Amino acid sequence: MTGAPSNILEVDKLITSFETDRGMVRAVDQVSFAVPEGKTLGIVGESGCGKSVTAMSIVRLLPQPTGKILGGRVMFKGQDLVHASDAAMRKIRGGDIGVIFQEPMAALNPVHRIGRQVAEVFRLHKKISKKDAWDAATEMLQLVRIPAPEKRMLDYPHHLSGGMRQRIVIALALACRPSLVIADEPTTALDVTVQAQILDLMARLQSEMNMSMILITHDLGVIAETCDEVVVMYAGRVVERASAAELFAHPLHAYTRGLLHSIATLETPSKSILNTIPGMVASLADHTHGCRFCQRLGRAAADSRQRPGYAEVAPGHWVETCPLCYQP
Amino acid sequence: MTQTLLSVSQLRVHFPVRGGVMRRQTGAVRAVDGVSLEIAAGETLGLVGESGCGKSTLGKAVVRLLKPTSGSIHFGQTDITRQSQRALRPQRRDFQMIFQDPAESLDPRMSVRSILEEPFIIHGLGSRAERTQWVDDLLDRVGLPATAAERYSFEFSGGQRQRIGIARALALKPKLIVCDEPVSALDVSIQSQILNLLVELQQDFGLSYLFIAHDLSVVKHVSDRVAVMYLGKIVELAPAETIYRDPRHAYTQALLSAIPSPAPTAKRPKILLEGDVPSPIDPPAGSAFGHRMNHPCYSQSIGLDLALREIAPGHWVTADPCCLSAEDWEKLRPV
Repeated sequence: MTGAPSNILEVDKLITSFETDRGMVRAVDQVSFAVPEGKTLGIVGESGCGKSVTAMSIVRLLPQPTGKILGGRVMFKGQDLVHASDAAMRKIRGGDIGVIFQEPMAALNPVHRIGRQVAEVFRLHKKISKKDAWDAATEMLQLVRIPAPEKRMLDYPHHLSGGMRQRIVIALALACRPSLVIADEPTTALDVTVQAQILDLMARLQSEMNMSMILITHDLGVIAETCDEVVVMYAGRVVERASAAELFAHPLHAYTRGLLHSIATLETPSKSILNTIPGMVASLADHTHGCRFCQRLGRAAADSRQRPGYAEVAPGHWVETCPLCYQP
Repeated sequence: MTQTLLSVSQLRVHFPVRGGVMRRQTGAVRAVDGVSLEIAAGETLGLVGESGCGKSTLGKAVVRLLKPTSGSIHFGQTDITRQSQRALRPQRRDFQMIFQDPAESLDPRMSVRSILEEPFIIHGLGSRAERTQWVDDLLDRVGLPATAAERYSFEFSGGQRQRIGIARALALKPKLIVCDEPVSALDVSIQSQILNLLVELQQDFGLSYLFIAHDLSVVKHVSDRVAVMYLGKIVELAPAETIYRDPRHAYTQALLSAIPSPAPTAKRPKILLEGDVPSPIDPPAGSAFGHRMNHPCYSQSIGLDLALREIAPGHWVTADPCCLSAEDWEKLRPV
């Protein structure tokens, strides 16, 4: 292969379901995308659209025993993670794939010192002495630009501010120099100035370490500023995917357009009436066929027996071909 | 000249910090530390700042859900700073509040009808039949079906619950509504529905809003004027368009530059701030923001009166050598 970068991760027709009181609920419905090497892919959508479940399916961290991958493939460096053994997955998670979670306080253990938690990653994934692991952990803290890392190593998570905690979680995820990082709403719980710090840090580390990244967020602004490729999800389905430049310049699916036009930006005239998407985000528990977005709008195409298919309308620009949501 | 509805002067809200065996007061969290502002009838004043800057405390204090430590709050002609809750009750018709999380501010054991009827009952208004009619009108006004009245708040989605919260705040036809992060818990496509509703209601009823949010784009969208708060103090206050076009305070500039813009072509240079908002328990003696930035002029700011000064008509900013351009500082420097 020459020229075009190869993909580090390819997700193909992934289906993830949850067992609930109301039967099996399909949270991820035939999702396909690819992460090019060294690039950032953003997954954007409203709450409950399946973005986190998609990410957690990739690393097989679904709630047990209710969550199950029912179909599709997740090819990571030539290996299908859907069928990898639990032992192999344990090595990959925190090793070659790092995960950054939204709520740093939930990702850190409150009763252990920072140093122990970061050093543990090294102890688990590399056979090195306690002392070496401690030194490596201190170095990681330095890398994520935590001031006075030797001192912070002895702190507990509650001693640190939200932004500092998120840096620790990033240090944990990056400790083993993964080739892919999955960041699930890494800055949603943070203030905008701290968000800018963290996004800047992640971008710098990504280019220093030549990592690929999947960034999950509901914030289109964050997507626009950090991502190369974008996947837009609605109710468990990918409705559109394209490069970021293409998507923001030529959004094609009615849902993508609705999302883009409904946000108030600094450029929107004050007190003007914003565009809205009527209705509310679909509940995945409703077993239905047809186009999910048409269901939200109460349109006829919702009655169709089948989910719409996909078409590549421009190189790399895929859209779900519901006749009402996408008119060429 | 429009009429001033709410006028807050040198308001302080401090919370005691207790420590030691005897639980003596060892310090104070200076959540709101000398804030003055005015809201005119029909106006929206936006209040932005990072978490912990005291914006919610300020919002609760102006409607007297918290007791001010010092300073004064005038609503219309009445001084409500020290009134007892009982004396305040008839006044409460005029100022209401909308909370961030409607799931927590609506009683799950009450039907929507009883939630919306309660304000009328408390204030002894209307007959049963009239109240039923009023509740139906309210639901209609906020875009909920009449059938919603007999259901419970938890049966609704976040956006619909926020509509119930808004209906409750509207019930007594208030003059001022304090909106504390009314859309931050909602999905993007639902946010715009609620923002549109708030703008419409303002136009229909001539409401004033104190609109508190951390999302600067949202605040700009709804506000006539915007106040930027940092560590218990307002550092800049100006008409919305002005503050976004021409921010003078270094903190406002940093805050604005940090907003991610949903247009990949319009990337602006970011001003990255070091560190976090300092603790309001033991705030720095001089310029709080200068202290965070480790500004060379910090020592100069100690002992200065860092009050708001008018730098251009209607545009107020703290006279703080650490946070202003050299030119602006020359204009505002005390002589």
